[in-house]
Amino acid sequence: MGIKRILLKLSSHLDYPLLIMLLILMLLSLFVQYSAGNESTTHLLMQGGNLLIAFVILVLVANISPWHLLSLAVPLYVGGVLLLLGVATFGDVINGSRRWLHLGVLRIQPSEILKIAVPLMLAWYFHTRQATLRLADYGIAATLLALPVFLVARQPDLGTALLIAASGFYVLFFAGLPWRLFLGSAVLAGASLPLVWHFMHDYQKQRLLTLLDPTKDPLGAGYHIIQSSIAIGSGGILGEGWLQGTQAHLNFLPEHTTDFVFAVFGEEFGLLGNILLLLLYLAIILRGLILTDRAPNMFARLLSASITLSFFTYVFVNMGMVSGILPVVGVPLPMISYGGTAQLIVLLGFGMMMSANTHRMLNKS
Amino acid sequence: MKSRVELRHYHTDISDFRRRLLIVAAGVVVAFALLVARWVDIQILHHNDYLVQAENNRISLIPITPNRGIITDRNGRVLANNYSAYTVELTPSKITNLNDTINAIAHLIPITPVDRRKFFKSLADNHHFASLPLRTHLTDEEAAKIAANMFRLPGVEVNARLFRHYPQGKVAAHLLGYVSRLNDADIAKLQSAGRYDNYQGADHIGKTGIEQSYEALLHGNTGYEQVETDAGGHAVRLLAHKPPISGDKLTLWLDSRMEAIAEKAFGDHRGALVAIDVHTGGILAMVSQPGFDPNLFIDGIDSADWDALNNSPDHPLIDRALRSAYPEGSTLKPFMALAGLHYGVRTPEQTIYDPGYFAFPGSSHHYRDWAPNGHGTVDMHKSLVVSCDTYYYRLANDLGIVRMHDFLSQFGFGRKTGIDLEGEKAGVLPSPAWKAKFSRQPWYPGETVICGIGQGYNLATPLQLAVATASLANGGTVLRPQLVQRIVDSHTGITRDLPAQIVGRINLPPAQLKVIVDAMIDVTRPGGTAVGAFVGTPYLVAAKTGTAQVVGIRQNEKYHAADLDITHRDHAVLIAFAPADAPKIAVAVLVENGGHGGTAAGPIARAVMDYYLLGKSPAPAPQTGGPVHGH
Repeated sequence: MGIKRILLKLSSHLDYPLLIMLLILMLLSLFVQYSAGNESTTHLLMQGGNLLIAFVILVLVANISPWHLLSLAVPLYVGGVLLLLGVATFGDVINGSRRWLHLGVLRIQPSEILKIAVPLMLAWYFHTRQATLRLADYGIAATLLALPVFLVARQPDLGTALLIAASGFYVLFFAGLPWRLFLGSAVLAGASLPLVWHFMHDYQKQRLLTLLDPTKDPLGAGYHIIQSSIAIGSGGILGEGWLQGTQAHLNFLPEHTTDFVFAVFGEEFGLLGNILLLLLYLAIILRGLILTDRAPNMFARLLSASITLSFFTYVFVNMGMVSGILPVVGVPLPMISYGGTAQLIVLLGFGMMMSANTHRMLNKS
Repeated sequence: MKSRVELRHYHTDISDFRRRLLIVAAGVVVAFALLVARWVDIQILHHNDYLVQAENNRISLIPITPNRGIITDRNGRVLANNYSAYTVELTPSKITNLNDTINAIAHLIPITPVDRRKFFKSLADNHHFASLPLRTHLTDEEAAKIAANMFRLPGVEVNARLFRHYPQGKVAAHLLGYVSRLNDADIAKLQSAGRYDNYQGADHIGKTGIEQSYEALLHGNTGYEQVETDAGGHAVRLLAHKPPISGDKLTLWLDSRMEAIAEKAFGDHRGALVAIDVHTGGILAMVSQPGFDPNLFIDGIDSADWDALNNSPDHPLIDRALRSAYPEGSTLKPFMALAGLHYGVRTPEQTIYDPGYFAFPGSSHHYRDWAPNGHGTVDMHKSLVVSCDTYYYRLANDLGIVRMHDFLSQFGFGRKTGIDLEGEKAGVLPSPAWKAKFSRQPWYPGETVICGIGQGYNLATPLQLAVATASLANGGTVLRPQLVQRIVDSHTGITRDLPAQIVGRINLPPAQLKVIVDAMIDVTRPGGTAVGAFVGTPYLVAAKTGTAQVVGIRQNEKYHAADLDITHRDHAVLIAFAPADAPKIAVAVLVENGGHGGTAAGPIARAVMDYYLLGKSPAPAPQTGGPVHGH
């Protein structure tokens, strides 16, 4: 079998519209990172490496049979939850949170695994139960979701917990969660907000209060929001031009290659750039929803919906936070922010989505 | 089993799924529209605000304080200079609990209660300053300790700053004055004068003395650096630079060694001395005792030090040389004698008989001579040598107060001398017009008589006496006294010598003046009132002694110094110039409650003249910090 044939075979399970848009985003990421990283070539190559690895993973995962994905759902979920329990007992404390786990030379953040494992698990659950679905199944699925969310929230990492909760909720929602249950739980959630406030850590409360009035503590909790708003606001309509943003280059902007990279983008490319970037994200999301609509079976449908909408959630939460309309939570901007794990999770998700949608799944039973 | 299974209809399933998909898609679009709305708000509607903030973030103007001008004496001995030292400074607006922060600093470096007091005092005085010093003069090690702990001490900074220093301490303290921290009043003054911009970044200003009167020259011009800074406040790129221009260097007429000798000569006495170059009006020495150490004031004086200085009955902060006016006493007599000659009321040879008092015809009130039995037959020469009071009672009565006033005012009595310092007193040269304004009462002839011997309403500062004496010495030229001789522009190096400023010329025919000067020379010779102080000088001295009454003595009482409270004893006054045949230096000395002018004030004048004319020091050369030898 020649290389040409291998490539041909690998390429047959890809969704080209989605792939091309993701590639444009990756290219954009390199430009933005070159500027945000103060024109460091090393930094640029590192991000290139991250994206390349994530891209290869996407192509490989897209070629895995959905049967394998289905059979991986339970072990991945159980393993992920066990690791979370491990973190709770043996994890390293970094910045006051217990999020990392040492496995020999490897240091992993198990909550990242759950971002994939939870939608996979719930999609598997509803897929296998689709013929005999009862009301109680939503309860079981909700419990399967609540367990890891609770563990992550306790680390404490409220941001990631909410993202995992969202990814699971999307599955439940598209699995036909009855409207009365949906509305009921929404009311319940609203009513429990004061309780949540009570159990929140001081720094979490601070972040919420800061959103309401960042100028209260301009050098403390409000600093991120003020500086990123200044960066985006000073960009104006057309922006200051690539490599010309002063906020990031003079280090006024904290975390300007990772979570706050969008402020650099906004400063250098202005409103026009922002809207174009947002349209690109919107196109990816719409393509994801179209794939969801066309999905050949329950598993593909639920997985695609969850992955697409989680992607949307990342984009919205990150941009909302950097633009100053959402509280500061540690969520990177998909594909643009610097980092390995985050890009990997996103492209892994899209890979699974392509696999589920391009393979013929004959009902084995 | 089948009964428990909910059969789901495929088509309803799918249409419900589609509906949910559409709802979610709509949700996505709404969420993104929200983002766009926010961007429109900050990138278009408030774009300018954020742009300004970004610029303010980026560009900062750093003022560079100029070096303050150095002050030296006529021989180049430094009287005021600058040095750089580390200070630890607090920014109260960034600190929630000042006491906690100060305690934390006190764990690292020694902070005395005095430091704390000073800090809170300057905090109360200065609202305009972002940061205030807690302690100055940190050692390198102390500065490093603070710097290493800065991360846990928000609002605390270590800065290298320039400090004023007066290396000679108390010497010439009054005339030098001192700089101290700018306060709200100073800033208001600078702002109304349009000079505040030049004080950006500066924190000291001249408060008294030369430091105050020459502030505009000494301060220099503030420079600035316009820099692009990063978030840490580190300058990244220099955008514009304007170097500061140091303040001008001032050279005084003063001889600081002579100044020190004169100060020492006062011993424990309160008083003042002014020595003037008779040709230029340059101030060679200007003493006010007791003095103070101007270095205490630079960083805000400690309240204990301040109370000690401010509440002392000796008033050490007052410059007696120009802010205290005393009766001239008998030192007015040479000027009175000249007035008699000028108006033709007396000739030098004309004599009077002194029975020991003067009385108006038909009056039993006696204006007593200091010698109870009188001086017998007295001509003008003798009247000065023995300081005969009766002679001058009669002369005053013959002249009348208006002529006395008109003649004496030529010498600068009753008028500010115009010295280059602020706060000078004008003294009093009485006249009926002055009295009318002062008390709405008519002038009485008896007051004229008293004024004839420099008592009554007469008041003059030691500076005025010295200026008047200098104009006797130089033949009638009244000079404006000046402390600063030369101004050196530290930027261009251009030297500017300040010319002597002539205030007026008095018509003193040489023959008339010779009578007076000859008599004043004999004052220092056997038979004169100042013989003790000037015996054996290799140069000729012309002098006149005086005693200025502090309290009146009733008609039938006698003055006994020992019976009086020390602060009620007479002040001793002496004026002198030398060499009498070719005058160079004129001196006026006042010793408060010192008694007789010849004995209390004479030796002080002698010490100054010996040094100035012979280069002789009465004691080992003064060394700052060295042991003080009594006179």
